[in-house]
Amino acid sequence: MKILVAVKRVIDYNVQIRVKEDGTGVVTDNVKMSTNPPDDNAIEEAVKIKEAGKATEVVAVTVGEEKAQETVRKALAVGADRGIHVKVDGILEPLAVSKILQKIVDKEKPDLVFMGKQAIDDDCNQTGQMLSALLNWPQATFASKIDVKDNKLEVTREIDEGLETIEINVPAIVTCDLRLNEPRYASLPNIMKAKKKPIEEIAASDLGVDVSPRLEQLKVEEPPKRKAGIKVANVAELVQKLKNEAKVI
Amino acid sequence: MAVLLIAEHNNKELRPFTLNAATAASQIDSDVHAVIIGQNSADAAKQLSELPVVKKVLSVEGAHYENFTAENFAPVIVKLAENYSHIVCSANTFGKNLMPRIAAHLDTSQVSDIIKVISTDTFLRPIYAGNAFATIKSNDAKKCVTIRPTSFDPCESTGGSAPIEKVDASEEFSNTKFIKREEIKSDRPELGTARIVVSGGRGMQSGDNFKLITEIADKLGAAIGASRAAVDAGYISNDHQVGQTGKVVVPDLYIAVGISGAIQHLAGMKESKVIVAINKDGEAPIFSVADYGLEADLFEALPQFMEELNKLNTIQK
Repeated sequence: MKILVAVKRVIDYNVQIRVKEDGTGVVTDNVKMSTNPPDDNAIEEAVKIKEAGKATEVVAVTVGEEKAQETVRKALAVGADRGIHVKVDGILEPLAVSKILQKIVDKEKPDLVFMGKQAIDDDCNQTGQMLSALLNWPQATFASKIDVKDNKLEVTREIDEGLETIEINVPAIVTCDLRLNEPRYASLPNIMKAKKKPIEEIAASDLGVDVSPRLEQLKVEEPPKRKAGIKVANVAELVQKLKNEAKVI
Repeated sequence: MAVLLIAEHNNKELRPFTLNAATAASQIDSDVHAVIIGQNSADAAKQLSELPVVKKVLSVEGAHYENFTAENFAPVIVKLAENYSHIVCSANTFGKNLMPRIAAHLDTSQVSDIIKVISTDTFLRPIYAGNAFATIKSNDAKKCVTIRPTSFDPCESTGGSAPIEKVDASEEFSNTKFIKREEIKSDRPELGTARIVVSGGRGMQSGDNFKLITEIADKLGAAIGASRAAVDAGYISNDHQVGQTGKVVVPDLYIAVGISGAIQHLAGMKESKVIVAINKDGEAPIFSVADYGLEADLFEALPQFMEELNKLNTIQK
């Protein structure tokens, strides 16, 4: 079984983002970037499946500008075998990314495609589902447990009401929840070894995919600030305020 | 062209967020049709027809719709989409799973998780876990939009009498099989819709100590929440998690106990109407969003809080 894992470079989740004064977006210059957190879970799961002898190869793919390759290199350092970097500049919508990934799937013919359930920058939560639609493959979204059984996967999904378990035939798409596993850290020797692993570079323009945006981002602004609250001296005052001022209890 | 609302239900009745999505749909265009796909879902379809904002109900029945699998739902909706300008549903796990599959088939760039309808093609949506708001204009002919349920009030649920029209089922998608669903049952109100939420963080120090929160939640008729740190530490199960990767809650009262206020937690609760923070670290970021902050040791404050509640003659439920 061959697993393709899609990873995205985003502003690090610990960074307090700042909105640009001209309202065109958020500040990304000199800001720490890293792999989208649930994409780390996707890589980890693929590597674990390979270590369990149930997969033969793990290929990490990213779509984006020059520096996006760092996320592929990181995936190689934690166990992916080789990488693919589809180079393209500018903001890509999930629809465009899924069309590019479809081309990579056509070329690589993986049995499984893993990726994070959502990117923490645009919070779209679309790419995996869109890719499975384009391929007409089954989709297991928000996965918190994956059991590989021959040519099937049993996947537990995190849904609003609790947990749902489904069985999907390969080839299939799985989007990963943070609860799926605990991603490992790359060891120094493995980081060194990863530098020798191959990354194929492909220009998005060579794939014959229309990636032009369909959405216009008219404005990005700071959310309305809450008005400053007060500190209360003790519990009795707190309960009185809740009862008589806020009138919520 | 009219707007098509995708109803969420459990085959017996509508799920509550359908009413919030109906409100959002009606703000895009007053001509709202609603599709309900399920098995033996006639009662839920009737309920849908009684929403005054819904002008027509399309009912699709089939055994393969019993468990709401996106792979089975998408083809039906894609076919119906021909007659509609917008497809709308909630941005909960149901809609998040389903809508992109529809959008890709329609070659449409979806607008996810909107919190405001600005015009028929322009919407406000949070990005970066609510740390920025983006105004997005869609230039696609057909628009697929998911709405954040807590940002729209539920519509009226009675008084309408829309006609119910049967629509043919599509073929079954055989590569996905439903096995089971384990719903978390509780006597307490559901976290996503509760009027009051009491949440504990890493400051609780153990799962046992959550009983201090449980007691107060029971007294107030509140749901119990938790920060990711408390969930990761194993104090409480992950269905209680509030935040970017958990639930987004907008209660009338949110009480954060022993929660420092990490960015991802604030993203899930900072739209609450009244926020209380109880934390012994006066510099904790949670205080910057709190209407009422109490700098105190929670192990002293919570029992006192319970005592004070017991003194009250009445407590709103």
